Amino acid sequence: MTKGNAKPGSLLIKGGHLIDPAAKINAPMDVLLRDGRVAEIALPNKVRGSADEKFDARGLIVAPGFIDLHVHLREPGQNYKETIASGTAAAAAGGFTSVCTMPNTAPVVDTAEWVAWLRNPERGAVVNVFPIAAATRSSRGAALTDFAALQRAGAVAVTDDGKPILDDEIMSAALRSGAELNLPVVQHAEDTRLTESCSMHEGPTSFRLGLRGMPAAAEANVVDRDVNLAQQIRGSRLHVAHLSTADALKAVRRGKRSGHNTRVTCRVTCEVTPHHFTLLDEDVGEYNTNFKMNPPLRSAADREAILVALADGTVEAIATDHAPHATHEKQVEFERASFGITGLETALALAITKLHREHKIPLTRIVELFTSGPARVFDFPGRGSLARGSFADVTIFDPKKRWTFESAKSRSLSHNTPFDGWQFVGKVVATVVGGRVVYRAD
Amino acid sequence: MNKPARGSLLGIEHLEEKEILGLLKLARRMNPLKARPLLRNKRVVLLFYEASTRTRSSFEIAAKALGATTTLVQSSGSSIEKGESLLDTGYTLRAVGFDAIVIRHPAAGAPHLMAKHLDIPVINAGDGMHEHPSQALLDAFTILKHKKSFKGLQVAIIGDIFHSRVTRSNCHLLTKFGVKITLCGPPEFVPEVSTTLAPGLRITRHIEEALRGADVIMLLRLQKERLAGQKIRLQDYIARYQMTAARLKLARRDAIVMHPGPIIRGLELTAEVADGPQSTIIDEVHNGVPTRMAILARALSKAK
Repeated sequence: MTKGNAKPGSLLIKGGHLIDPAAKINAPMDVLLRDGRVAEIALPNKVRGSADEKFDARGLIVAPGFIDLHVHLREPGQNYKETIASGTAAAAAGGFTSVCTMPNTAPVVDTAEWVAWLRNPERGAVVNVFPIAAATRSSRGAALTDFAALQRAGAVAVTDDGKPILDDEIMSAALRSGAELNLPVVQHAEDTRLTESCSMHEGPTSFRLGLRGMPAAAEANVVDRDVNLAQQIRGSRLHVAHLSTADALKAVRRGKRSGHNTRVTCRVTCEVTPHHFTLLDEDVGEYNTNFKMNPPLRSAADREAILVALADGTVEAIATDHAPHATHEKQVEFERASFGITGLETALALAITKLHREHKIPLTRIVELFTSGPARVFDFPGRGSLARGSFADVTIFDPKKRWTFESAKSRSLSHNTPFDGWQFVGKVVATVVGGRVVYRAD
Repeated sequence: MNKPARGSLLGIEHLEEKEILGLLKLARRMNPLKARPLLRNKRVVLLFYEASTRTRSSFEIAAKALGATTTLVQSSGSSIEKGESLLDTGYTLRAVGFDAIVIRHPAAGAPHLMAKHLDIPVINAGDGMHEHPSQALLDAFTILKHKKSFKGLQVAIIGDIFHSRVTRSNCHLLTKFGVKITLCGPPEFVPEVSTTLAPGLRITRHIEEALRGADVIMLLRLQKERLAGQKIRLQDYIARYQMTAARLKLARRDAIVMHPGPIIRGLELTAEVADGPQSTIIDEVHNGVPTRMAILARALSKAK
């Protein structure tokens, strides 16, 4: 989604270390981009083609452009929280070249017209925007939207994010329609009958703070049910959004096994957020609303299970669930505060600082979780890898750079992050979309 | 975001033992009948978002006994009704010229939000299901009037622990002094997680077991509507957990029966127990005034 003017020329990324898990490359390589595509990948100094511009990537990792399967850019209707322009600027600063937007806007993105509106260059996006459309009209959970029309308009998946589809019939119907079109159904797994007026995870911390807690089972039960439904529908594709509990992972593993072993093949995938692999429910402290999100921060055992699943491949993608909110929506009583935190600009830093350095997950696996993993979940042909002919979306980062995140300097319109002032290792240096540098660190 | 202003009292959990003992000592020196103008020219606002009889009136009497002026602001009849946020109400009261805010609020953590953004002391008069620190202090004050010290005491707390801010504060306070507490009630009201609140807590589902050897029995009000949708029926609850004169005999002979009020006779306790010689229910209300005088004096004067 380039702006149209200034046709991308050619760019040689030189001297960097290429990690491209899909192409099984983990070696020093130069990358030549031309006309919005990857023209050539070669050993250092062996690129034959010439380039208008060069990027010195010595000491840096060069990776396929990062894909975020789960962001809230708040347009249409809530541009005091975020706009597509500001949200994609934050995405670029976080190394994301593609973001998938959630439909819980005002109005809900439940028509082809709104999908097209989101993709219109006039929105001012600086990275690729892939809309996820509502699965039911106004996300009321009653009547399915027109999946075929939404898909034709450019929707990459359907969901009622924030409002889970609890009705068995409707969820089955969504999976069936999705199966016919090879369209994933994304579920925000929460049995809202168990979470009414709850504002955090149910456990010792919620008890101590006198807050009603969401039981882990509220998530796991829905994932379990969804896997059962998916297993009955050939070709269905179920994607579990922001998975946060150990029991939900068990259900996902069950779904993945059945996908291979039974006659009815379904695909079950899942994503995990940086805050769920980093923080615990107890980090809420004394009612800090920047630690309030849905699903909530969970127990140490849940986080442990997530770390294992990130390492062993059960989880396909790290997704931010970037959820900007205005200050006045967060500086209120904890129970009244909006759910959600921003996350685009801290995702890679958290992955390197926590997953790589602390938990020893290899950098190649981390890159996979940001690139080929999410590309497979929603089928993004030509993305998630830098194989010759792919889209010229590239993320360049310094895995050793130490820096301090300051939310005041964020590109997002909102500053509701728990990571203000955190010291990180690993920083995005440049983000290239369609062959053009859209972000460069100072 | 800042630290709470000096003299704030947001909860018992993070108070040190010596601060608690200091407050109790100060409370013993307070005499509501003898005016002591420690807080002359001080203005205290009582900001009540929830109904209250004893907490509100005793904070008011306490402030006036120390020479302060008080103003009551309630959610109905104020700008809160018009949708003013908690913080904006706080900023407004600060600008009007109040020196301290006593706040009761249905949301847990509301006083903490105020204290983070205001430079005047904030006193928690009960926040949701979280804490009710002045009640725990007056309960401790009452216990020490009847018992020599906290040492070796066994306390039974019976009823709806889950929804009780009084219990949370009492558990924090008493366990800091090594008191052993037995929490008693059905799983809906006393979930297993309750014991993680503080060291020295245990759970029993049988009131007889809770009472055996108890020096202090704390009862809690049962809100009938909270039984709605639960497995246990009102009659069963009364049969299993009501405090009766017969059951009271299981406790130590000098055991005291406490209740933060309001009491519902015939529900969590019989009238016989409420009015009996071991009941300190009225005494607690009485002790609320000097305790809250101490809390206000700590907040606004140099009295130690």
